[in-house]
Amino acid sequence: MQFRILRNTSDALSDGPLQANLKHALGRSLTARAAAVSEVENWEELRSYARHIKKCTLRDLGRYLRQMEEQVQRQGGRVLWASDAREAVGHVLEIARTHQASTAAKSKSMLTEEIQLNAALEDSGIRPVETDLGEFILQLAGQIPSHIVAPALHMSRAQVAALFADKLQMEATDDVRELTETARRRLRREFLKADLGISGVNFGIAETGTVVVVENEGNARLSTALPRVHIALMGIEKLIPRWMDLPVFLKLLTISATGQRITSYVNLLNGPKRREEPDGPEHFYLIFVDNGRSAILKDDRKRQTLSCIRCGACQNVCPVFQSIGGHAYESTYQGPIGAILTPQLTTASDAPEHPFASSLCAACREICPVKIDIPEVLLILREQAVESRTGPRSERLAFRLWAFAMTRPRIYRLGEKLIRLAFRLGAGGMKRGPLAGWVRSRDLPAPAMESFRSWMAKTRGGRNGS
Amino acid sequence: MRVALFTTCLVDQFLPEVGKATVRILEKLGVEVLYDSRQTCCGQPAYNSGHVREARKVVRHFLRVFADAGADAIVVPSGSCATMLKVFSSHLLETDEEEALGSEIGARIFELSDFLVSSLGVEATGASFSESVTFHDSCHQLRELGVRDQPRRLLRAVQGIDFREMDDAERCCGFGGTFAIKFADVSSAMGHDKISRIRESGARVVVSNDGGCLMHLRGLIDRQKAPLRTMHLAEVLARF
Repeated sequence: MQFRILRNTSDALSDGPLQANLKHALGRSLTARAAAVSEVENWEELRSYARHIKKCTLRDLGRYLRQMEEQVQRQGGRVLWASDAREAVGHVLEIARTHQASTAAKSKSMLTEEIQLNAALEDSGIRPVETDLGEFILQLAGQIPSHIVAPALHMSRAQVAALFADKLQMEATDDVRELTETARRRLRREFLKADLGISGVNFGIAETGTVVVVENEGNARLSTALPRVHIALMGIEKLIPRWMDLPVFLKLLTISATGQRITSYVNLLNGPKRREEPDGPEHFYLIFVDNGRSAILKDDRKRQTLSCIRCGACQNVCPVFQSIGGHAYESTYQGPIGAILTPQLTTASDAPEHPFASSLCAACREICPVKIDIPEVLLILREQAVESRTGPRSERLAFRLWAFAMTRPRIYRLGEKLIRLAFRLGAGGMKRGPLAGWVRSRDLPAPAMESFRSWMAKTRGGRNGS
Repeated sequence: MRVALFTTCLVDQFLPEVGKATVRILEKLGVEVLYDSRQTCCGQPAYNSGHVREARKVVRHFLRVFADAGADAIVVPSGSCATMLKVFSSHLLETDEEEALGSEIGARIFELSDFLVSSLGVEATGASFSESVTFHDSCHQLRELGVRDQPRRLLRAVQGIDFREMDDAERCCGFGGTFAIKFADVSSAMGHDKISRIRESGARVVVSNDGGCLMHLRGLIDRQKAPLRTMHLAEVLARF
């Protein structure tokens, strides 16, 4: 499957409601974040600390994963390892069969989007119910998330109202309270019915075997506590070594994501229900999912990609994402982090345009709570794309000619004359060729009558007077 | 003080008045300006597009030309070209010898406004300009070189100027090198947003010190026939 961005951009740019929704939602997140960050005196220190912890963890990931596995097992949970999406899905289906499950309550998880778990569950006769409000909306609409934190950010209140009226047989209203009440009543029934609770993992703490799930709606708490079986799926990079690291990461995550000092719920889950506990799942499974991650781990320069804590701040601040939204990327992860993650999790030829869909403005690096140098990774991926010769041949040839001219001052001067000739022949109005995209919306300046170097030669006598 | 000028290929071919203004400013401040006509480009178009091999050749050419320039500093009237040579070129150099040369030369490279304010300690160039002006930051200059205040201090010191800060001044204008061609529509949409912010500031002139941003914005403004002018920082500072 190929994720292409370019073919979606003009639709996205001319979609008035989408543009309005993006502007409203992303602007609000950024304002809230900035206000919260300004209250944290040592914000920069926290970022550096988190980056350092992630760097050390990733260098020794295998050891920490085994430590986490041991801790979870000690608490009566089971740990399964999945090398790819298929294995991960296979584990979930196997667990579902073992417990004769027919419905699953799901709390928000990008990893389950990545491995396309819902489709696999449905194919096996198990009904997945998305319980995060945004995901619930998308499930009704038959869409995929457009943002890693706010999955239905591309939709307005009015669009949700119309969807609910259509799918939930309620009277059309854009009263938020009424809309959420409707979803809430419906979801309560599902929580009580569900055999399985499926969640993602924001942080896995190796030292204590704790699965941390951060949320605002209480749906993750219900999904992980009410059904008799809880399955947590965790990308192997979500690990942090120690309990004492958690506060720093929590602060960075919630502030960067939504500008909240802390979310409404922080679920710290340690295995299944114990004998003395009144509630909780009888069975707890943790699935470590690799799905391309250990390959990223091997590369020194690209490894930082796995430090991501999925706060979505880089998406909020990215002028490209702000212009086209998340769906244009077609992939599970969008925006700057998606542009570096997608080609690495899949293959470069699956996402040939992702590394190029950026002006390299580095606003993403500036906002990233764990200081991932996204532009650096984009450049590495571009270099690899060129090396693997996936790009257009004409471009390769053009750059070769260009380098030839730029390293030979005489040829450069000859080129100077040729460019002027080309312009006199009407190259400035080109409707085709490499500059067609430029000319579509912008005037192309003609080269100056006299180049700077000619002027220098005339007035100062050329090279240092020689 | 002897300064070697690296004008950049865009200025050389499309914006020679920027080069002339730079020479005028430096000479007025008593700096001796050296110019080697073997200079060409910084290599950035290739580097940003993933054509590392080609970029490396061009960076090497730059190093060859400027190795024996005999200058105290190398001044570049462009934030992103200065970034290419000062920051990114280190990723391209292979041998120890080359790296040593690269970092020795890199340490002497300055973007123009940074050189004027930080090295020469100058804010007022003696220019006067009775116009409402706003400044557009080039992303590389801002986030790679950390040069933010210098151009603003220079502009505020221009006699008669009405300097206005626009909203979201630090947001990219959408140029991004070959991005402007590969994702032309997105690039233009970002540029239109930028032009809206510029116009909302009430300024009639947008000043920047990056040839790429300026050509992109000027191209959009001309197409829209918007009542706005683009100027390079050096052109404003040389109005004495």
